[in-house]
Amino acid sequence: MLGKTANGLFWMYRYLERAENTARLIETGQRIALTRSGSTDDEWRSIMQTAGVDGAYHAHHDTVTKDAAIDWMLRSKENGSSVRSCIEAARLNARMVRTALTHEVWEATNSAYMTARDLLARKVSERDLPGVLGDLRQRSALVRGATHGTMLRNDIYDFARIGTFLERADNTARILDVKYYVLLPSVMSVGSSIDNVQWETILRSVSARGGFRMEYGSHYEPRDIAHFLILDKRMPRSLAFCICKLRDNLGYLCTNYGARPPAFAKADHIERKFLSHDIDAIFDYGLHEYLQQILGLLSDLGGQIELDYRFYK
Amino acid sequence: MNTQDIFDEMWGTSETLRPPYADFKTWYDGEEPKRLRAKQREAEELFRLTGITFNVYGRAEAEERLIPFDIVPRIISGREWQKLGRGIEQRVRAINAFLHDIYHKQEIVRAGRIPEEMISRNAAFLPHMIGVTPPGGIYTHIVGIDLVRTGDDQFYVLEDNARTPSGVSYMLENRETMLRMFPELFSRNRVQPVQNYPSDLRRSLAACAPAVTGRKPTVAILTPGIYNSAYFEHAFLADQMGVELVEGHDLRVTDGRVAMRTTEGYKPIDVLYRRVDDDFLDPLNFNPDSALGVPGIMDVYRAGGITIANAPGTGIADDKAIYSYMPDIVEFYTGERPLLENVPTWRCSEEDSLAYVLDNLADLVVKEVHGSGGYGMLIGPTSSKKELAEFRKKLRARPGNYIAQPTLSLSTVPILGRSGLTPRHVDLRPFVLCSPERVHITPGGLTRVALEKGSLVVNSSQGGGTKDTWVLED
Repeated sequence: MLGKTANGLFWMYRYLERAENTARLIETGQRIALTRSGSTDDEWRSIMQTAGVDGAYHAHHDTVTKDAAIDWMLRSKENGSSVRSCIEAARLNARMVRTALTHEVWEATNSAYMTARDLLARKVSERDLPGVLGDLRQRSALVRGATHGTMLRNDIYDFARIGTFLERADNTARILDVKYYVLLPSVMSVGSSIDNVQWETILRSVSARGGFRMEYGSHYEPRDIAHFLILDKRMPRSLAFCICKLRDNLGYLCTNYGARPPAFAKADHIERKFLSHDIDAIFDYGLHEYLQQILGLLSDLGGQIELDYRFYK
Repeated sequence: MNTQDIFDEMWGTSETLRPPYADFKTWYDGEEPKRLRAKQREAEELFRLTGITFNVYGRAEAEERLIPFDIVPRIISGREWQKLGRGIEQRVRAINAFLHDIYHKQEIVRAGRIPEEMISRNAAFLPHMIGVTPPGGIYTHIVGIDLVRTGDDQFYVLEDNARTPSGVSYMLENRETMLRMFPELFSRNRVQPVQNYPSDLRRSLAACAPAVTGRKPTVAILTPGIYNSAYFEHAFLADQMGVELVEGHDLRVTDGRVAMRTTEGYKPIDVLYRRVDDDFLDPLNFNPDSALGVPGIMDVYRAGGITIANAPGTGIADDKAIYSYMPDIVEFYTGERPLLENVPTWRCSEEDSLAYVLDNLADLVVKEVHGSGGYGMLIGPTSSKKELAEFRKKLRARPGNYIAQPTLSLSTVPILGRSGLTPRHVDLRPFVLCSPERVHITPGGLTRVALEKGSLVVNSSQGGGTKDTWVLED
């Protein structure tokens, strides 16, 4: 496989994952705004922070309003992580690696792009927002489904998965880091309505509310939430799950190519050093410091993969 | 031009249904026009979804556009095709022999059949190729011969595309679309398949691999990149052939070979099907500003380390000024009378011809010698007085830059219009593969159709459309 192709696959799936994450964050923000009386436009500030797009937003806007925030995250061309920008970038990468994709995956990607282009051509009204987000989610699910159902399990698939899980791990770590303070054990305001909103926001942001309820019941306990999103290997967006998948897919590449480059060791190291403890040890270490470390290591791992598999040179 | 003289491929000139269209006609008469129009729209949706688009240069607003597709097939009988095939094969063999001769002994010049300056002063002549014999002796691995029809038994060659002919993906996708939409039509008619083209192409290219190749040759397609107007086709062919699609920056010269950067290191390429012009192929040997090519690839090529398809310098054979010598070329190298006719051509570089062209401009088509895609041409009969006057000035200023031909009454084939079948002018580009083993012509090709009533311009860049082209089993 060409290094360029590995690069294109990696980014195609990163962007698809990011588009989905951003769409989910918009849904979360909207949901909170509608159902919580105490919530203000301030909540959108933290939603944008979670998506990592607040800095650029402020460069283009003076104040944070619900409408402007939604538009920024959904359709803005200036925002490279807006849903529209991500889908466009995913499709551009897909065109570049067209020969590595099955017909089904390409068609699903192209049709996601065409749907997004039509739905996001104009500002989306509040009334249409749930429908539009639903359609977009469905379209990206089709790409995912076509990927699982039709792609050979070879190096092409491995790079697609590596892109997916690196993006997802990064996303979960960032959501946790923005909200880490509401998860810290504290005797103050435990179970207050403010905390409940925050905890719910976190769970919704990673589509984990249902899964959490199944495991822990309807009582939110910050320690449980942290455990669920960091260490639970059954939860498909937890750090442990994503990094385990990253290591597995890098491992398949090693077997396939008959060489074990540094990227594998780095993924293995993250898993051994950071995901084999219990949640109390993580709180003792300091949740924020822990998440910062993980974010740094993930970014380093991305760079190493790029080098090992000759994405650019 | 009198409409009565126009040959319609369904109705001839006398309103009697021609046999190849008999089954189609029966089928069509039993169809609801409304359903067919819905099918037409469905076809466009399919194309959009598959992403069969092309980029139009100089149009910022339409980044990717669809070539309009018409669902009425263009149908050719097996007998007609056999005859065409013989003519095409003869012509393609002559072109290869001509190229070999031009870059070696130039016997055709010595024999006085082509003036020396037509070669030495020709911008398409590539001095780097002098004395070079490509692996297998093949120069034009892939050729597209543009044909027009003017009567029941009358075909003309309009152009020989010997550099990098495009459009084959439309031939294949048009057929796929028709199969998907009208399977019943294909059970009524026995249509010769075109779907083997990608595997034929791969085999043909592999058969031209250089001697250094030990095992199964590695083939790759070189594209200028995602923004090129034909990128879809490059990706499509790479996909269908199961080969890598590379860009210049994926390649480099190592140990006397051209190698591509893979996830496991650099891997040598044996045959490079390049869709990049000669000029951009090698910044060390040609245009130094090119970022599309591979520095040093020409040196590897000359040393026999890689096959480049088509060979550099083949442009001299499809140059429009050389075109006018094609009857001589065919005769000179094959010793036979040409089976396919050339359109009578006036070379404006010759004084008498120029005078004739200036006097009769309103009846002629004038083309740039190195132009393509329908850009920069004049169609006399449909031009205004002002346009004619302006073109006269251009002709006088640079006569050598132009050739002129009579306006042929191109045949028509029906398209599905708002009120049923209605005739439109067409041309045909069959695709030919050459290897030391054989010359192979895919039965069918790309039919381009002028969608405007009466128009003769079929180029997709100028609003033309395409049709599926059927060659029937007799």
